[in-house]
Amino acid sequence: MKRPSAHDTEVAIRPARRPLFGDVNLGDRLAQSGGALIAGIVVVILAALVLQMIQASTPAFSKFGLGFLFSSKWDPVKDDYGALPFLYGTVVSSIGALIIAVPVAFGVAIFLSELAPSWLRGPVGFTIELLAAIPSVVYGLWGIFVLKPFMAEYVGPVLKSTLGWLPLFQGPYDGLGMLTGALILSIMILPTIASISRDVLRAAPPTLREGALALGATRWEAIRYAVLPNVRSGLVGAVLLGLGRALGETMAITMVIGNKVDISASLFEKSSTMASQIANQYSEASDMQLAALTEIALVLFAVTLLFNVGARILVWRTGRMPGGGRSA
Amino acid sequence: MSDEELGKAGAPILHIPTTLGAVVIAYNLPSVKEPLKLTPDAIAGIYLGDIKTWNDAKIAESNPGVTLPADPISVAFRADGSGTTGVFTNYLSAISPTWKEKVGAGKSVAFPAGSGAKGNEGVSGVIKTTPGALGYVELAYAKQNGIAFAQVKNANGDFVTPSTESVTAAAAGSLASMPADYRTSIVNAPGAGAYPISSFTYLLLYQNVDDAAKGKAIAQYVWWALHDGQKLCAPLDYAPLPAELVTKLEATLRTLTAAGQPALPKA
Amino acid sequence: MSAPEAPPVAPSSALPRQATGVDRRRAFVDKLARGACVAATVLAIVPLVAVLIYVAAKGIGSLSLDFLTNTPAPMGEVGGGIKNAIIGTLLLVGIASLIGIPIGVITGIYLAELGRYSKFAQAVRFSADILGGVPSIVIGVFVYTAIVLHWGYSAMAGSVSLAIIMLPTVIRTTEEMLKLVPDALREAALALGVPRWKAISSIVVRTALPGIATGVMLAVARIAGETAPLLFTAFGNDAVSTSLTKPIGSLPQMIFTHSTSADAEWHRQAAAGALVLVILILVLNIGARVFIRRRG
Repeated sequence: MKRPSAHDTEVAIRPARRPLFGDVNLGDRLAQSGGALIAGIVVVILAALVLQMIQASTPAFSKFGLGFLFSSKWDPVKDDYGALPFLYGTVVSSIGALIIAVPVAFGVAIFLSELAPSWLRGPVGFTIELLAAIPSVVYGLWGIFVLKPFMAEYVGPVLKSTLGWLPLFQGPYDGLGMLTGALILSIMILPTIASISRDVLRAAPPTLREGALALGATRWEAIRYAVLPNVRSGLVGAVLLGLGRALGETMAITMVIGNKVDISASLFEKSSTMASQIANQYSEASDMQLAALTEIALVLFAVTLLFNVGARILVWRTGRMPGGGRSA
Repeated sequence: MSDEELGKAGAPILHIPTTLGAVVIAYNLPSVKEPLKLTPDAIAGIYLGDIKTWNDAKIAESNPGVTLPADPISVAFRADGSGTTGVFTNYLSAISPTWKEKVGAGKSVAFPAGSGAKGNEGVSGVIKTTPGALGYVELAYAKQNGIAFAQVKNANGDFVTPSTESVTAAAAGSLASMPADYRTSIVNAPGAGAYPISSFTYLLLYQNVDDAAKGKAIAQYVWWALHDGQKLCAPLDYAPLPAELVTKLEATLRTLTAAGQPALPKA
Repeated sequence: MSAPEAPPVAPSSALPRQATGVDRRRAFVDKLARGACVAATVLAIVPLVAVLIYVAAKGIGSLSLDFLTNTPAPMGEVGGGIKNAIIGTLLLVGIASLIGIPIGVITGIYLAELGRYSKFAQAVRFSADILGGVPSIVIGVFVYTAIVLHWGYSAMAGSVSLAIIMLPTVIRTTEEMLKLVPDALREAALALGVPRWKAISSIVVRTALPGIATGVMLAVARIAGETAPLLFTAFGNDAVSTSLTKPIGSLPQMIFTHSTSADAEWHRQAAAGALVLVILILVLNIGARVFIRRRG
């Protein structure tokens, strides 16, 4: 979140190159150019990243063209590759994760920004942020030994007996697969969505809430009818940032999704994501397979870029709301 | 290496078989105590996704008297590229025309069924932690992790338990058809007691090494590996080479050169 | 600014009045919604607690001095430890920090103090933001094609990946923390005739240092647990290695290979490794939090 600071408005006292007094100091000039040189590194890295990956994936792009995105083949024997199963796996697991995580994350955000007594906000907020600090591979470990048997023994049979008529819950389920993958992703993106939503809600002008309460609204009505409609785009931004994280998550989902190259409607089926396929095959691949995997990485880069930029614009716009910007 | 890869290498390369390994069909069926017997048809059917449950007729017919559960088979395969997958798919292509046409053989293939895991450890892990699972791993991984593995019907029609002896038998059975550069597959080898999913493990050596000391050291090491080293194979669940093959390899090793000079003393 | 839907407020003519059915329903919905928010918060904390308890309970038994000071046992043998992984993680994170922190902090200072509104600074800020959203596995692919393809798997390649991953976080927190320093401090220094570089280094940066240190600690905590890019850059090594040009093991990668294996002993060791890693990361996180509390 952008916080307002004094010098946002005081451009005049900080000319980029003109000193306030006297001659240009040599030290200042050195600092200026040296700083610019080092700051340029990040631009160079990004440019190199894009160019390098484009170059490394060129063999695949020139062989398969745009059809790469729509082909469901992944056949190293015939050197015939397509990204569709992984695009599908990534999108479905990420959307599944959002469906599970968003309601919970909004609940947490509302609790932390509107309902919790102030002494509780810090510790609970910190705990939620710790959730984001646990490494992906540790979630994966827990996924294999706790979540997988739990899903196979309890969740799977319950879903099968109640919603088994849906195409979503067909076939055998041994605890590995799309459903487990989406669930573990949802745990991992929850803190992102929750903490950004909390900041967005806090940025809403207090007058909205106070006005509604003064008119006799209950706490919930004040939130639901006065606050939420005004921060909607910020919340969408928070969800998109969570989505950006879900799309690129690798280790935990690689460990529980089953790593099958397949497109199936059933959430019980094993699947692969763009990230999991790269994690599984990159170190043993060569030639065309390496180029195809690199092209998948490039597609993953493009997709996350799209969502992240969109999300930032939305969150940033909410922060700029007139009268908003209550600091956290 | 394929002919194409050899061409790209830029210098002559020798393939030296050093030991033999078996790929076993490991499974997790707590209720079944007897070792499972599998026919080539059943293995191909399972990996093609045609055989979906443990009590399928194709499995039951070779296991009379065994009560097989009606549970689904959780098939496991290697998600990364690997020699183990190469041997296994080579075998499937040899015994199943459908597999050869639909999937083929390679270090990494498009598996029609099952779930992937990384490494021999990963596949063993999936099998061990998933009741009803079946997968292919190297013999050593199944044995040392205490995972049950199946007897497989070989070209002679016998059900053979994978072991260092039955693997050496497979190599002996295919010596007759061994090409001069040793690049061969011994899957589905003929001969009584030959385990059908076996393979050589090769060392790749440059025919000539420019550094004389290095070249000699390499040649001497390989010589050791083919003689004294063979005794160390079996305790690690790899099979020693048949004696007849070692004699052939001695001649090949003597063609190695270090800085243009023979790397080993004359016999 | 106006709500699109009107809240279902009962028309009230005079006060005080009796609670109507509508009032009771509103009160009920209010309670229900608030209860749901509390429930969601509890639900969100469950996985954290579950993961921590599981890792601690399963890992603690294998955690011993032997475990920390031995290398992994060959398959089939009992015992073995994670010395190689601990040294590897310390080396990888250390080198990555040596690269990432100076570049990140200087870039942050440049953005906040020197280049602030220039086009170039905008480009830098934009690049850092984009880089911050790139999945770590994609960074690994980049480093593989740029470094590993030419020089092979190495600790250096792993460190470079981690450095790139931490860079955006360090840049952003440094800039944000510097922006919080009141302008009065800068003006006072400049008014006394201090050159700008000196005003920045000895007054502005010093004031913001606790905040910057917090950001850096969080960034270090994040890369300590990174796994995906290391799979094909640092690659892993069962022997202790301190060479930058050779493959090297790491805790996250050890957790990955051990937990996906079939061996029950390895499973316990994976949990013990995870316990070590989680403790390291929690200490960094809580330390960062305490640090900023005390100073801020």
